[in-house]
Amino acid sequence: MTNKLLPETPSQTAGPYVHIGLALAAAGNPTRDLEIGHELAKPGAPGEHIVVTGRILDGTGHLVRDAFLEFWQADAEGRYDPVYDPEKPFNCFGRAATTFDQGEWLIKTVKPGRVAAPDGRLMAPHISVSVFARGINIHLQTRLYFEDEEAANAEDPVLNAIELAARRKTLIARREEGSDGPRYVFDIHLQGPEETVFFDF
Amino acid sequence: MDAKKIRRYVPRDRNRHPPAYFPAYKTTVARSPRLPLISIRQSLTEVTGPDFSQLQLGPYDNDLILNFRHTGLPIGERIIVYGQVRDQYSKPVPNALVEIWQANAGGRYRHRNDNYLAPLDPNFGGVGRCVTDAQGWYRFRTIRPGPYPWPNGPNDWRPSHIHVSITGPAIATRLITQMYFEGDPLIPQCPIVRSVGCQDAVDSMTARLDMAMSMPMDCLAYRFDITLRGELQTYFES
Ligand SMILES: [Fe+3]
Repeated sequence: MTNKLLPETPSQTAGPYVHIGLALAAAGNPTRDLEIGHELAKPGAPGEHIVVTGRILDGTGHLVRDAFLEFWQADAEGRYDPVYDPEKPFNCFGRAATTFDQGEWLIKTVKPGRVAAPDGRLMAPHISVSVFARGINIHLQTRLYFEDEEAANAEDPVLNAIELAARRKTLIARREEGSDGPRYVFDIHLQGPEETVFFDF
Repeated sequence: MDAKKIRRYVPRDRNRHPPAYFPAYKTTVARSPRLPLISIRQSLTEVTGPDFSQLQLGPYDNDLILNFRHTGLPIGERIIVYGQVRDQYSKPVPNALVEIWQANAGGRYRHRNDNYLAPLDPNFGGVGRCVTDAQGWYRFRTIRPGPYPWPNGPNDWRPSHIHVSITGPAIATRLITQMYFEGDPLIPQCPIVRSVGCQDAVDSMTARLDMAMSMPMDCLAYRFDITLRGELQTYFES
């Protein structure tokens, strides 16, 4: 076997019409029998049921209304079960689009458990978030952490890898008490003084 | 001592990818992060990802010629688009979800926000998906999309292209790209294409006409192979 690696295929923007391919209802189109959507957890899934919602803002402070997001998280026990099956009460993977009017995305899920970092320490509960949109040439990867996990967040190796401690708070979702359970709010700033931390790995 | 197998992916060569900030593509100006990406060690969160081996897709999900048929067949040039998804070590990637979306033959998308002059085709939706087989192959049947103008420069046109999304096996390998057609004179003019700096990388997004896979008296074929980040298996003692 040769050491010469093939180069990865380059990324291109998902464009303004990403919805016709990956979020059909948002495009105003009929859906198929199976769509990967915003409900990672169905009512029967074990764990604490939560709603996570947020907006995306650009460098001029305007809402990004045509974004598409993907979410990947462990289950309530801190396990990743990769097999995607819409029949299961919980899938680790989900998708959402920001709405064209309010510019908000929303997922229904359970609060993830803690997963071990490569060195064996436990990471704080978190959700991996990928952001795609017109004007984003290669998707941005970030992580959402939870405001009410202060102790776990303080020892999280990824949060601690962010040298400027003040920037860590860009990854912490704010907790609100909703009428139907806890609601976490996570706004993503693509640019500007509150620019969200984005990762390379 | 216990030897444990862990998965890890070859670091992404960001010089092959377009930069976040590319002012010739104007929308990137306000949507590009200005601070450096923070590099982190790959953890389970990044090296795992959805596995689509159990996905039950519809019989026409990968056939855009038939999956939005109402009164007849869609207008335009009938084509097959196929290829192999492999990693940087040439290892096939099975069970990845390949999704495509595109404009119709006139360059119009079936999307509530697209109001280009060209008409919708009542028999064309422009969306398809399939899961790669054991050898990483995917295949679609569709209509060659038309070029379309877009508000960027005073007279910018997108070359004919199909948007291609590959999900799985890992968060680290996630990729959305666009496939172009060999010989299209609009390719070198397009700011989105030109956001990719090296010609060899642009060529790797350009599908080749493949007469051997075409169907006589029926449709032409274009081949588009996709390379995802290479997967390394490393062992460590715990
Ligand atoms: Fe397009």
